Amino acid sequence: MVRLVSGMTVTERQIALVVLLALSLIGLAMAAGGRGDPMGAQGFVVLVFSVGLAFAVMAGYYAPEPDESRLTRYYDDPTKVGIVLTVIWAVVGMAVGVWVASLLAWPELTFVDQAWASFGRLRPVHTSGVIFGFGGNALIATSFHVLQRTSRARLPDQFTPWFVLIGYNLFCIVAASGYLMGITQSKEYAEPEWYADIWLVIVWVVYFLLYLRTLARRKEPHIYVANWYYMAFILVVAVLHIVNNLAVPVSWGHAKSYSLFSGVQDAMTEWWYGHNAVAFFLTSGFLGMMYYYLPKRAGRPIFSYRLSIISFWGITFFYMWAGSHHLHYTALPQWVQTLGMSFSIMLLVPSWASAGNALATLNGAWHKVRDDAVLRFMMVAAVFYGLSTFEGSFMAIRPVNSLSHYTDWTVGHVHAGALGWVAMITFGSLYALVPWMWKRETMYSPKLIEVHFWLALAGTIVYVFAMWNSGIIQGLMWRTYNDGGTLAYSFLDSVEAMHPYYIARAFGGLLFLSGAVVCASNVWLTIRAAQRERRGETGTDVPIVAGAMQAGE
Amino acid sequence: MEIAHDVVVAFSKSWGLFYLVGFSLCVVAYAYWPGNRKAFTRAKMSVLDTDDRPLGDRPLGPEA
Repeated sequence: MVRLVSGMTVTERQIALVVLLALSLIGLAMAAGGRGDPMGAQGFVVLVFSVGLAFAVMAGYYAPEPDESRLTRYYDDPTKVGIVLTVIWAVVGMAVGVWVASLLAWPELTFVDQAWASFGRLRPVHTSGVIFGFGGNALIATSFHVLQRTSRARLPDQFTPWFVLIGYNLFCIVAASGYLMGITQSKEYAEPEWYADIWLVIVWVVYFLLYLRTLARRKEPHIYVANWYYMAFILVVAVLHIVNNLAVPVSWGHAKSYSLFSGVQDAMTEWWYGHNAVAFFLTSGFLGMMYYYLPKRAGRPIFSYRLSIISFWGITFFYMWAGSHHLHYTALPQWVQTLGMSFSIMLLVPSWASAGNALATLNGAWHKVRDDAVLRFMMVAAVFYGLSTFEGSFMAIRPVNSLSHYTDWTVGHVHAGALGWVAMITFGSLYALVPWMWKRETMYSPKLIEVHFWLALAGTIVYVFAMWNSGIIQGLMWRTYNDGGTLAYSFLDSVEAMHPYYIARAFGGLLFLSGAVVCASNVWLTIRAAQRERRGETGTDVPIVAGAMQAGE
Repeated sequence: MEIAHDVVVAFSKSWGLFYLVGFSLCVVAYAYWPGNRKAFTRAKMSVLDTDDRPLGDRPLGPEA
């Protein structure tokens, strides 16, 4: 902790303390103004978070200032902490996922007879935990790394990246703790209430400005395509988040708010947001990751740089219009549904261009893919990216959607993307990045990477096949008529038919979670080994504190 | 309200199409513009550079 603070200049430490003081005052105001309302408890979360961090900053406040030689290195402390947070959120988010999957298979498993332990409150902890906690932290951590390397420029200062990373995690914690208390605005993937939303806007704008400030300092004339993807992720998520969350709170002291939209407009805004969250949160940023770490790990340049540019603009401009395919056969005007359907089909072109580009990059390096589990993670990710984008385009076709909508097929599709693509590319990138960050040759145990790979792949396949089966059975049961012209099966019949698949799904999830736990231990062991090595080195040398103080004076 | 809706529909069904086609042409032209080839090839290869330090902005030596 002290070491992290000592990377900041004294002025930056002061700014950090002022920001944390302001934040704790806001927390206090929320706790006081929101007493008798769930917001009061959220205020205490903010208060404890910011006061706790302020103590951490104060502990390192009198550490010597970093010397000027820091400017000859990239600033990687926020990336390192971001990696650790990514892994923690992965385990937490996926564990809650296994929990809710088990609740679906065995509803009597609700062993705590408390409101917070009910399915409805735990489920968003899982979705937000994996999407925003795991995915978001991975994106922030890797984006800082990729941005600096491809620009050949250091981040402009030492405070802003911390503000983005820590501020973002405060949002995640406020969101998750709020769900357990029953706070939600009932918009899927946008559940957090107005105060958390406003905070995220502030963090996100700072994130975008940090990106622009670093790019302005770049020493490479051309901005590498990975940065385009990261920037599209940051910029579009800001736009989506702001518009979809326009709402009026009941009062300053109430967590509850009312959306500015209603009826079908509300549904359209929500799914314009929701599908673009898939596009720009779960695709664009992770493509940025892929376009950097895949060529880097394979030791080969990307197959076609031009293709990556064309697919970038294809993805950015087509995805924007695809959201209405979530609202087939609803009150939404037919032409808007058709528009969403057409754009979803067109999306296959840029999506497969990216997936093909990744696989073509590996063409000629298949022996590396065979031997190196890290590269295999990335290869499988590209394959699942191709598969799930094809599936998505297919499911967006109105008649197909009439079978798949409201069934587990959708859940299977989402997890083919989330486990097979997003998590696989993230784990692959993390395994490449961790040794670079902690200055080691390899991860602590390459064998454990291998174990993780097979657990993750097996888990994904079990999960996805279980949900395909379950979903299609559901869809068919709901549209089977008997001779009398009435439905052949009751809804409960279809629920009973799903039971074996729900058990399989929970098992697949458990495999995937075990893989994440293996990853967490491997990362932890790598960091510990690196720290031991460093201690061993400095122990025989001159005292480092005295040297640093002289340079600072 | 009725007119507004019709106007938006007509606009998106006609101009929306042309704008997307025009936009795609611009993107393809940019990607295949011969003058950009050098920058793209350089960017493509630059990722593989193993020098893990920022360029320039180097401070003066420790004695300064």
